[in-house]
Amino acid sequence: MLLEQKRISIRPLSDSALVVQLDKEINSIIHKNIMNLVKLIEEEPFEGFVEAVPCYNNVTIFYNPISVRRHVSHVPFKSAFEKVSASMMEYLDMLDDKMDIKNRLIEIPVVYGEEFGPDLEYVARFNNITPEKVIELHTKQDYLVYMIGFAPGFPFLGGIDKRIATPRKEKPRLSIPAGSVGIAGEQTGMYPLETPGGWQVIGKTPIELFTPKTSPPTYLQSGDKIRFIAISKDDYLAYKEPKQ
Amino acid sequence: MSIEILQSGLLATIQDLGRFGSQKYGVIVGGAMDPLAVRIGNILVGNEEGEAAIEITMYGTEILFKEDQLIAITGGQLDPHVDGEKLPMWRPVLIRKGQILHFKALRSGCRAYIAIAGGLEVPEVMGSKSTYLRAGIGGYEGRELRTGDILTFGYLTEHSKTLTKQLQEMPSHFTWSVNYSSFYTFKKKETIRILLGAEYERFTKDSQKKLISSPFKLTVNADRMGYQLEGTKLMLKKQFELLSEGVTYGTIQIPSNGQPIILMADCQTTGGYPKIGQVISADLPRLAQLQPGSEIRFQIVTIDEAEDILIEQEKDIHEVKIGIQFKVAG
Repeated sequence: MLLEQKRISIRPLSDSALVVQLDKEINSIIHKNIMNLVKLIEEEPFEGFVEAVPCYNNVTIFYNPISVRRHVSHVPFKSAFEKVSASMMEYLDMLDDKMDIKNRLIEIPVVYGEEFGPDLEYVARFNNITPEKVIELHTKQDYLVYMIGFAPGFPFLGGIDKRIATPRKEKPRLSIPAGSVGIAGEQTGMYPLETPGGWQVIGKTPIELFTPKTSPPTYLQSGDKIRFIAISKDDYLAYKEPKQ
Repeated sequence: MSIEILQSGLLATIQDLGRFGSQKYGVIVGGAMDPLAVRIGNILVGNEEGEAAIEITMYGTEILFKEDQLIAITGGQLDPHVDGEKLPMWRPVLIRKGQILHFKALRSGCRAYIAIAGGLEVPEVMGSKSTYLRAGIGGYEGRELRTGDILTFGYLTEHSKTLTKQLQEMPSHFTWSVNYSSFYTFKKKETIRILLGAEYERFTKDSQKKLISSPFKLTVNADRMGYQLEGTKLMLKKQFELLSEGVTYGTIQIPSNGQPIILMADCQTTGGYPKIGQVISADLPRLAQLQPGSEIRFQIVTIDEAEDILIEQEKDIHEVKIGIQFKVAG
């Protein structure tokens, strides 16, 4: 096993879900182990498995306690929680170095500033840099998609350059348009649906992040790497035009 | 075979037992607020337990039946009437062609369910017929039901056909109904059993004590996404940043104002507020049936107890099922 046993913890979220935390730290290696664990479970699910939701340093495992208990009557587990916890330790034992999920690298075109990113100026002022510098720092690194949550297709990405970190707005906006790219503290992300929210909006992507009729239904998935590419307003509008 | 929505009422949506398997894409589970009522309703009309039903919130919904149709109404007592006559709940009933079903007033509970023999004919999206309002998918065109909507049904099971025939030959409904008293109280005061949440220990000793010793009031901010409670402030020993992680129906979060929010059926897949507790699955139906203004007291149980309670409830549902089969066969 790749992981330090003493750093692993398993706790109930509910009577039908538990959380396997691999470490207190957050980094791409821990996350890779989480994605490997999810892959193992989905390929060889235990009896009663419902679904897995990977997050930064943990994964939530949903299960049906009734079907788990139905299958454990003859073994010494007093609860479905204990049984599923034991299964989790078995899966963790199966993780090894050779498992290597390749991260996809996905480019996200973004038009920054003006009506597309009303808070770009604020983020620049807050950090005592120019708006151009904010764009430069935002586009210069790749970000790991640690998890999808909050809204369908909404990616939680790895940390941004501290020089553009900006606290959330004191008062959330009542509506932020779909495709908005924002900053909240040391995080950056994108809104797949129009929604209220407190992020500092610095730009907008023409990409549709949630496409319920396709499988999978989201443009991004946990474990992807993304890179923001600055585009012009014209590029944005061209992208949005229906393809002939 | 179809029905037409004449009045939508406060909120009427199509819901089944939820959309599982897509939470990792940020797609919520959703589904009926009171899944137990949906299951029993479906059992009563001879459907699969997980078939979609219409969730009626509080009052006002009116539906015209265009053919004779076998249905069952379960859940909260919203005073259902057919052509001015009180319609019994918790049993199979036959609504005749041309009759209008009307939910007149909120008597007790908060949400009623109409299970319809044959099931509702709407497309499954990501494996479920549940309406996901915020994303505009599932259910009837991804939205709440409105005046003029026409809903159609699937094929009747043999069981549903037998029931329909029996009811056509007698006065439209049976004289028995499911005894729901082991599942619901429909009172304005409920004790809700919870597990300790992941961040329970990070609350002050005083707040830990008050979580179970003091009552909380359900405010009017109570919808399919969450219940905002009002009561003693529950405070952390010290503030800390929490990463977003998985949450679920029944998770009790405490935002910085110290007033609990219970996440309900349409909650987001992940959340970043400290979790002080988690409502056990067996108590979610009673929680779903609370009206704003009701009083909630929390009681802590262990995970083993929560599982045992759920299994007992499952046995009770099974007994209901056997009882219905016996009565119908008899």
